[in-house]
Amino acid sequence: MRAVAIVPAFNEEGAIAGLIGEIRAFDPSFAIVVVDDGSHDRTADMAEAAGAHVVRLPYNLGIGGAVQTGFRYARAHGFDLAARIDGDGQHDPAELVHLLGPVVDGTADICVGSRFAGADGYRSSGVRRVGIRILARTVSTLTGRRVTDTTSGFQVLNAKVIGLFADDYPHDYPEVEAAVMLHKHRLRLVEVPVLMRERSHGSSSITAVRSAYYMVKVMLAILVAMLRRPAPRESV
Amino acid sequence: MILAAGQTPLKVSIAATLASILLLLVVLELIRSRRLRERYALLWIATGLVLLVLSAWRGGLNTIAGWVGVQTYPPAVLFAVALLFVLVVLLHFATVISKVTDQNVVLAQRLALVELELRERPPGPRLEHDAPPLADPGRAGPAR
Repeated sequence: MRAVAIVPAFNEEGAIAGLIGEIRAFDPSFAIVVVDDGSHDRTADMAEAAGAHVVRLPYNLGIGGAVQTGFRYARAHGFDLAARIDGDGQHDPAELVHLLGPVVDGTADICVGSRFAGADGYRSSGVRRVGIRILARTVSTLTGRRVTDTTSGFQVLNAKVIGLFADDYPHDYPEVEAAVMLHKHRLRLVEVPVLMRERSHGSSSITAVRSAYYMVKVMLAILVAMLRRPAPRESV
Repeated sequence: MILAAGQTPLKVSIAATLASILLLLVVLELIRSRRLRERYALLWIATGLVLLVLSAWRGGLNTIAGWVGVQTYPPAVLFAVALLFVLVVLLHFATVISKVTDQNVVLAQRLALVELELRERPPGPRLEHDAPPLADPGRAGPAR
């Protein structure tokens, strides 16, 4: 099986090289593609120096657009498996060992690392935790499958999901909407508990103050995702 | 008590007619000078024509005002119709912007991926047939 690690990164010059080393240490056979989402610092140079394939987006597309670029790369190069690991160091590549199993043995099309599915290595602010809970409940109800962490971008996907996401990936709140999309395409999502680290550099894009606003927008996005028609397949 | 049906003042009709004609002329000039694409101009032309008809044809405006229950001041219908068209035009713009945004994202992604392929090409002499020509020579030439 050919596997690729997709690492979206925005202004992570301090963390990116270390992360690439960790992915190598976990499994040297992984191809590593860093998607530099229009960083203002030397993220792309650092990643390239560390030996990764670096896709340099001409301007910032946001996390959804950046990750989708990685899926397009994975599909174009015929990878069987993709691991998505955020460039801020929040996701520990060593934890991939738990995520790979269900996808490799074919019991899942996508496996998501959840902070809340069991292990308790992550402390987030109270407001955020409540928000994530509500989202998880909503998505669980809509998809009829227990989902505990709808905002986790720590995922392993098979070629089927790579293909789907390469064509059509939500841009604004990708993980939440993607969960609904997967359900509509009858793809199997499995969560496994993982430990997540504190961000080593930078700050979260979601602050406690913005949480309420974020919730309203995500709820709307979920609603839209439920009603939306699938995008026409793009010829690549 | 029965209210007498309102009439459109002649001055209002003349002013509104002139404004509608002006709008149509501006739109047509923008199309002529290629600053407005025809497909985006259609809605504006429709807006101008509808406003022109309602402005110039006072009897019609009074009748329509009667239908929708505007009894005292028929030009109010003119404002309402104009507002409705402006809303439709705005909504149309929102869909156009959404489409352009989506296309922009795809363009950025593909450009970045192609650039990566180019950077990672092995160095050294390249054969003539190695790269497909960038443009079909048969069709090359001035765009217009």
